[in-house]
Amino acid sequence: MLKAHISKKLWNFHLDINLKLDDQILVLWGASGAGKTTILHCLAGLLSPSEGFIELNNRVLYSSVDKTNLATRNRNIAYLFQDYALFPHMTVKQNVYYGLKSQKSEPYHSNLEPIQLLDSCGVKHLMDRYPGQLSGGEKQRVALARALVVEPKLLLLDEPFSALDKHNKVSLRQEIKRLHKEWQIPFILVTHDEEDANFLGDIVVRIENGKCTEKQSVISS
Amino acid sequence: MLLHLKDWFPVILSVRVAFIVVFIVACLGLPLARFMARQDFYGKDILEALITLPLVLPPSVIGYGLLIMIGKNGIMGRYLDSMGISLIFTWYAVIMASTVVAFPLMYQASKAAFISVDLNYEKAARTLGANETRIFFTITLPLAWPGITAGLVLAFARALGEFGATLMVAGNIPGQTQTMPLAIYFAVESGDDLTARTLVAIITIFSFAVIFWVNRWSKKQRH
Repeated sequence: MLKAHISKKLWNFHLDINLKLDDQILVLWGASGAGKTTILHCLAGLLSPSEGFIELNNRVLYSSVDKTNLATRNRNIAYLFQDYALFPHMTVKQNVYYGLKSQKSEPYHSNLEPIQLLDSCGVKHLMDRYPGQLSGGEKQRVALARALVVEPKLLLLDEPFSALDKHNKVSLRQEIKRLHKEWQIPFILVTHDEEDANFLGDIVVRIENGKCTEKQSVISS
Repeated sequence: MLLHLKDWFPVILSVRVAFIVVFIVACLGLPLARFMARQDFYGKDILEALITLPLVLPPSVIGYGLLIMIGKNGIMGRYLDSMGISLIFTWYAVIMASTVVAFPLMYQASKAAFISVDLNYEKAARTLGANETRIFFTITLPLAWPGITAGLVLAFARALGEFGATLMVAGNIPGQTQTMPLAIYFAVESGDDLTARTLVAIITIFSFAVIFWVNRWSKKQRH
């Protein structure tokens, strides 16, 4: 379970938001520049809030009161970047293994076989290719596999469909829903597209100028 | 054999100096470039200008500056002299002169290379659990590598060809501080055309080979 209160002063408005989430998909929906990506950055520890707290499964990741601020690498939060950020000088396989080799306890024993994960994301056959040789949809799937291989406790997705065509978008939306069912961890997805928000969100929160203006629970089918 | 054994000395000295200088500027330049590429602080522009200054100053000015520093009566030289160390007119002075002039080239090229690495790759590595050392060696350095190679080649070439500053601080002592550019100059001046031509041919072929090899190698690194 994720509980967070994030308050941060940005140059043009004040971001202030409360999040509470079980193993559901929370969609942050709003126009560009509303502060959605900043929220994800704060959760992942890539940015520090000015005030607040972040608690994941009763573990304090950040607290302005206790002056706790865990480094990104110790948070166990996966982040799917908008442009995927696949390492261009590594093959798909090396990209997926990168997270495993970065773990502190070495040799790291994952319950997950990375190759199997690639297979379940439908990109096993691309194992030896470089990111530059992949299409947008393929990159997205590889990025998902890379993010999940370290067995995160929370997955953040920043505009995951913005670079995809209609066909890829529809199949990836279903893929994300399927992965969510399989993983049983909270997902937070940022989008400016209302259709994506309604399709994927168990909870949809509308963000405007750093504030939550509308919250709705959607009964997922 | 076109050259006597003693005539090979300048060739060996210059090549040795060039490799050592490349090693020194890489060790000093890479951390500094990485730091300057990512940090902002008060007075950064002044520091930046100071680092780049040897690139624009005439070599004779750099030579004179070094004399003030490490000369017998220099700021550091006086202190070193009291300990019985004299750097001036030794091959350490050759290394120092070449390092000072080659450093800005390495620094500028690698700083530009570090800046060009998309920050998202480093962020992604962080979310995957990598620590900063691992990120530097597995992400930042390999992605900046083509630019860094360019800096290394430039520094190598500059060190190999260094003339003015070297002449001022290390002099032209055959068998001790006489580098290839100096040997060529003094061979021409004394009318020894054969030695001059041979040395010119050697330095040209060698430089060509090094650049050719480095380019091929870094191309292979990028696949």
